[in-house]
Amino acid sequence: MQTKNKSNGHGETLTAKDFATDQDVRWCPGCGDYSILKQIQTILPSIKVPRENIVFISGIGCSSRFPYYMNTYGMHSIHGRAGAIVSGLKAVNPELDIWMITGDGDSLSIGGNHLIHLLRRNFNLNIVLFNNQIYGLTKGQYSPTSPKGQISKSTPFGSVDRPFNPITLALGSEGTFVARAIDRNPVHMREILSAAHDHKGASFIEIYQNCNVFNDGAFEEFTDKSLKDQNTLYLENGKPLLFDNDSKGIILEGFKPVIVDMDSYSPDDCWIHDEEDKIKASILAEFFDYTEERGKLPRPFGVFYKNQRNTYEQVFQDQIDLYRSKREADLDSLLSGNNFWEVK
Amino acid sequence: MRLTYENNSKYKAMKEPVDESRDEVVIHFAGDSGDGIQLTGGQFTETVELFGNDISTFPNFPAEIRAPIGTLAGVSGFQLKFGSVEVFTPGDRFDVLVVMNAAALKINLKNLKPGGIIIANTAGFDNKNLKLAKYIDGANPLIDHSLDNYQLHAIDITKMTREALKEFGLSVKEVDRCKNMFVLGYVYWMFSQTPDNTIKFIRNKFKKNTEIAEANIKALKTGYNFGDTNETFKTRFRIKAASLPKGKYRNINGNSALALALVAASHKNDLDLFYASYPITPASDILHELSRHKNFGVKTYQAEDEIAAACAAIGASFGGSLAVTGSSGPGIALKGEAIGLAVMLETPMVIINVQRGGPSTGLPTKTEQADLLQAVYGRNGEAPMPVLAASSPKDCFDVAYEACRIAVEHMTPVLVLSDGYVANGSEPWQFPESKDLKEFNIHRPKGDEFVDEQYLPYYRDENHVRPWVVPGMKGYTHRVGGLEKEEKTGNVSYDGNNHELMVKIRAEKIEKIADFIPQQEINRGETGADILILGWGSTFGAIETATKELIEEGLSVAHIHLKYLFPFPSNLGELLKSFDKVVVPEMNRGQLTKLIRDKFLIDAQSISKVKGLPFTVDEIKEQVLKFREYANQK
Repeated sequence: MQTKNKSNGHGETLTAKDFATDQDVRWCPGCGDYSILKQIQTILPSIKVPRENIVFISGIGCSSRFPYYMNTYGMHSIHGRAGAIVSGLKAVNPELDIWMITGDGDSLSIGGNHLIHLLRRNFNLNIVLFNNQIYGLTKGQYSPTSPKGQISKSTPFGSVDRPFNPITLALGSEGTFVARAIDRNPVHMREILSAAHDHKGASFIEIYQNCNVFNDGAFEEFTDKSLKDQNTLYLENGKPLLFDNDSKGIILEGFKPVIVDMDSYSPDDCWIHDEEDKIKASILAEFFDYTEERGKLPRPFGVFYKNQRNTYEQVFQDQIDLYRSKREADLDSLLSGNNFWEVK
Repeated sequence: MRLTYENNSKYKAMKEPVDESRDEVVIHFAGDSGDGIQLTGGQFTETVELFGNDISTFPNFPAEIRAPIGTLAGVSGFQLKFGSVEVFTPGDRFDVLVVMNAAALKINLKNLKPGGIIIANTAGFDNKNLKLAKYIDGANPLIDHSLDNYQLHAIDITKMTREALKEFGLSVKEVDRCKNMFVLGYVYWMFSQTPDNTIKFIRNKFKKNTEIAEANIKALKTGYNFGDTNETFKTRFRIKAASLPKGKYRNINGNSALALALVAASHKNDLDLFYASYPITPASDILHELSRHKNFGVKTYQAEDEIAAACAAIGASFGGSLAVTGSSGPGIALKGEAIGLAVMLETPMVIINVQRGGPSTGLPTKTEQADLLQAVYGRNGEAPMPVLAASSPKDCFDVAYEACRIAVEHMTPVLVLSDGYVANGSEPWQFPESKDLKEFNIHRPKGDEFVDEQYLPYYRDENHVRPWVVPGMKGYTHRVGGLEKEEKTGNVSYDGNNHELMVKIRAEKIEKIADFIPQQEINRGETGADILILGWGSTFGAIETATKELIEEGLSVAHIHLKYLFPFPSNLGELLKSFDKVVVPEMNRGQLTKLIRDKFLIDAQSISKVKGLPFTVDEIKEQVLKFREYANQK
């Protein structure tokens, strides 16, 4: 199960098509999930891992149908539990390249506990969270990421819940790679997916995904041609925070982000993005709520935070290797224990 | 011959007391949960085992770690029966009751045999303790003649221990912690046992603190000498060694036996062991035991919750490991959906339920058998899976090993039922040699599972078993899931006819396991006896003893004890029908009774006890005798 082959798999060169299965894709026409499926199938040939070492594991929800459409190993499991299943799989088989596919209901509601512990433990795998701010498969209830006031089947007068900010949650759960992408920007999504795969540790990617049936236009301000420039901020490591075709920038006044006009500022004055700075990542993550005080901030996309930390499976295995080298595994002496006696 | 310790001739010269020979004796040690009662009982157990007695033990402790000192709720107990004859249970009523305080006496006196011996620490009977034990107006039973029907040994153990250890320079607290050793020494003397093994144990346990070690040894010897020199006690008991089958033995409790079986099954079959669990009483000791065996490559995973533990095990099973999750009733309830997934995936996995009193949080430290129906039926949809139950501490090894075999050979989750009684109880175990352990027949693809070069993950053999393919195997990529799947291909299918077929296939796969397990045997008595006592799980010892005694008393009874609860052994129906009456003692409200009536249309009658405590032999005999009318009425 080596993953060092130069070409993908065992000397064969694969293409995106090789990762498609013979199963009909059953998402609604126009669903943002198609874009995510396409981008993942597109990047897989370039990650140089034999197909049989790749595993897609999902929970329940529209997004979680994903493994059926990937010609790799896969499991479509139960609601919210993909995080626990990938943990067990990675713990016993560290060489596998594991992708967990999940959604806002799956991982932020019913499976919230598993997500935070998965990030804390930092298994080396990829978590792709499709966020459409709605329960689509059950036909339109508000989700833990729906904005307050969302009208849905279960909230005809508007939801009264405050939504989760998945990026803050991931940072607070000690995630070592935290990023956001959006279905309508495939080039950027592929970059983020590849970066997530390259990161050694639990990589968390929130992907804004439009549910055109039950929550159409939820992310319109980030995708509509006339709106997206002023509302989106693409993060690049080591580069200043500029947006709206570089006409605006963000400076930090203490811990307070302020939007400035680039006519009167130079890029050097701006906040320079540092992926390894967790405090700044936390401030960036808060570009989420509108507040009167600081006005409307653009929504960041890209890698908020990235850092190296030991992976769970490595430390887990090292401990076993250490004790294996110290003490022989003699089953008979284990069975007899130290205090046995003989009846003659 | 007098017993000596450390070959110290000083102890050899003492006068001989009157010896009384007994076949078996029941001792119950009781005191505060901080009194070291469990350790005292454990040491006595080890010593008599080394001497060659058969023994059965039952620790019984409160749910609170340190319940308020001196209260009735805080009493911890350790009961054991040892003998020169085969011992199946820790005994109904005690011959000897050792109490460290008034509360311990109050709770346990009712189970002391008339004329039995009470060894009481008088320091635990001061006004405060009497009040805490709710003795009316502080009446002291040690002096008010209410114990005149017993042999009372009232000793100020606290004072004598303090006196003996005064030159050690230890704190009062440290000195008082040694008083259990005084008691143990005294009981050793009473039962003609040498304290040598315990001295060895103390030296090893406190090897970093020799002063504490020597203080404990001194207390132990002081207690022993007190028995020897005190003029008032003239009787010593002598219990001959039992004639156990030849071989090597060790003491084992149920949870340890279970853990060892998992290591053995994985090691013998070159499978990695993955054990995922969330802390819960009384199953946590399995996690503790397994986490020590990293040199066997054992991977223990303390998950974030019960569901995660079950799901991590599913992930590990998908990854090719021998995957196990363990818990108790409440945790098993949480795992239910995941177990259903394992049924649907048809992936090998072992789920252990060390049962406790329920429902809900129930009685965490007390025993019960009320999760049988949960084990057999507790999942949504038609989700059959094998269920096995352990009947004694040592049987936990055989049952867990067998559960691993069935899981792997039949590609199914398997549920193992233990309970608090067998989990914490212990007995001598004639342990197996690794070469005698069964090897599993692991199903890997044979190459005929393809159509148009496409691998069919649900292509089955004649027993409906699919191969165990794990990620990393080239040419076998496939997807599995919880949705209903098309026969053979495993693709998602909502077709009604296919669903019915798949439900039947999964059911038949489990039913066919009956062809691969032993035929049911009669544990005691003859086919066609008037009354059959049918049991499962930890009631084994009490039923076996009751049956033996009833037969000796001339009744036509037999005992059958089930290890395989789902599916039943294929000859069980026929066997059951040979008896005039089937009665089923269970620590629940008749759950096996329901299964038996349902499966075999037999008018089985339940004998129920749900008090958080095991059946006593007398309780079973008394209940069985109510069915005496069925005797000799063929």
